[in-house]
Amino acid sequence: MSAALSVRGLVKEYVPGRPVLRGIDLDFAARGITAVIGPSGTGKSTFIRCINRLVEPTAGEVIFEDRDLVKLSRAELRSARRRIGMVFQEYNLVERLSVMENLLCGRLGYVAPLKAWLRRYPARDIARAFELLDIVGLGEFAQARADSLSGGQRQRVGIARAVMQEPKLLLADEPTSSLDPKTSVEIMGLMQTLAQAHGFPVIINIHNVELARRFAERIVGMTGGRVVYDGPAARITEAHLKEIYGGEDWLE
Amino acid sequence: MARTGSSRSAFPPDWWARGAWIVLLAYLLYACAQLELTPARFAAGLEHGAKFLARLFPPDFKRWELLVKGMVESLQMAIVASALGTLLSLPLALLAARNLMPVWASWPARAVMVVCRSFHPVIVAILFVKAVGFGALAGILALTVASVGFLGKLMTEAIEEISLKQVEAVRATGAPFASVVSYAVVPQVFSRFVGFVSYETDANLRNSTMVGIVGAGGIGGTLFAAFQRFDYDFVCAIVLTIIALIMAGEVLTVQVKKVFKA
Repeated sequence: MSAALSVRGLVKEYVPGRPVLRGIDLDFAARGITAVIGPSGTGKSTFIRCINRLVEPTAGEVIFEDRDLVKLSRAELRSARRRIGMVFQEYNLVERLSVMENLLCGRLGYVAPLKAWLRRYPARDIARAFELLDIVGLGEFAQARADSLSGGQRQRVGIARAVMQEPKLLLADEPTSSLDPKTSVEIMGLMQTLAQAHGFPVIINIHNVELARRFAERIVGMTGGRVVYDGPAARITEAHLKEIYGGEDWLE
Repeated sequence: MARTGSSRSAFPPDWWARGAWIVLLAYLLYACAQLELTPARFAAGLEHGAKFLARLFPPDFKRWELLVKGMVESLQMAIVASALGTLLSLPLALLAARNLMPVWASWPARAVMVVCRSFHPVIVAILFVKAVGFGALAGILALTVASVGFLGKLMTEAIEEISLKQVEAVRATGAPFASVVSYAVVPQVFSRFVGFVSYETDANLRNSTMVGIVGAGGIGGTLFAAFQRFDYDFVCAIVLTIIALIMAGEVLTVQVKKVFKA
């Protein structure tokens, strides 16, 4: 089976000569959750943003649906991004829009700008949005303004917005870092459920190793812009964690 | 020199600052002399002013038709110019916003705004009166130029202050640029824009009563004519009406802002 996403020799230098990513090679299967762990500032966010080119890679290939995303033109990139959902640490909802409008943002790649501006979405999209709202438990909040929701509720909207895209890949950049432990588990569970139901792979940047072990099938450990561990979540050991994060006092 | 111990001073004199104060004072006296601004001249002016004030009252509203016609024209000019100015400013501000646009787009847009802001509306009105002839059209164009200058600058700054996280999220869905603007930029700035436009309408209302003095339509022409005929009681009526209109405008903009929750 071919990979859903292949990353080859990915390098990113914000300042020439000082790479943040030093050549990443990874393949991601068409199913399952992969957790990317590593210390702060090691390039996890950069890595995930290089995949959908919110950050332009300096070198390397990102093969998605048989095309190298790095080489795509602006228009081709937009069309590829429609099939890559993204969930953010600070939710990144449009705060002054309603929950429903935020969900429908996931369809903006398919609806002409004028129709989107007039809120003329296909009936199918709207039905699907209501359906997803019920699934994430926010059926009552369709007309609420996004900035009136709690953190956990906002992240549910963020996930629903990404799933509205009918993605072939979901990227999640520290989706639980701004949430309390209980809500974090709920949010991870929700992503797991939706990923299984809709059959898309998930790549999650995460700080919480326990959550990574619990929800991910595979863990990628990064440090200093390189992959230092890549294997099943169950088989990651304290020795690996020491290598990833450095030191050992924190493990006590 | 103040190097030896005996001449230590807690507050050493700053001869440069003292010199600067003296030069400034000398210049002020010189300028007053040049302009023949003497106490005697000032007293004569006060006397003249008292006579003028006496002739202003009571205000004369007998020619109210002329007054109403001029006021309505001013009001219409202000509203049309504000609408036109807003329509032109929106795309211009988007082009000028450095957080969304490349330098080659933002620089020319900024240059247009600076030019629009460079001249007082009355000077622009004089130019348009020469270019398109006497009347409301010249006034509307002049006020539109002024509106583009100010609205454009305020709107650009508002756009540059938005949260790019929301823009990033909408961009990540593969939305075309127009949709990124309407979904991630407009909601963040809309209520502020309503505030700017009502402010600018207020300013246009003020200026629309003035551009008539140079023949660009509105109540200003009537006011100027009344001055020249020494109809000071009619002048007073016009001035009072303008004050009433500006105050009404103030009340109206407060209501508009409430409606849009600005």
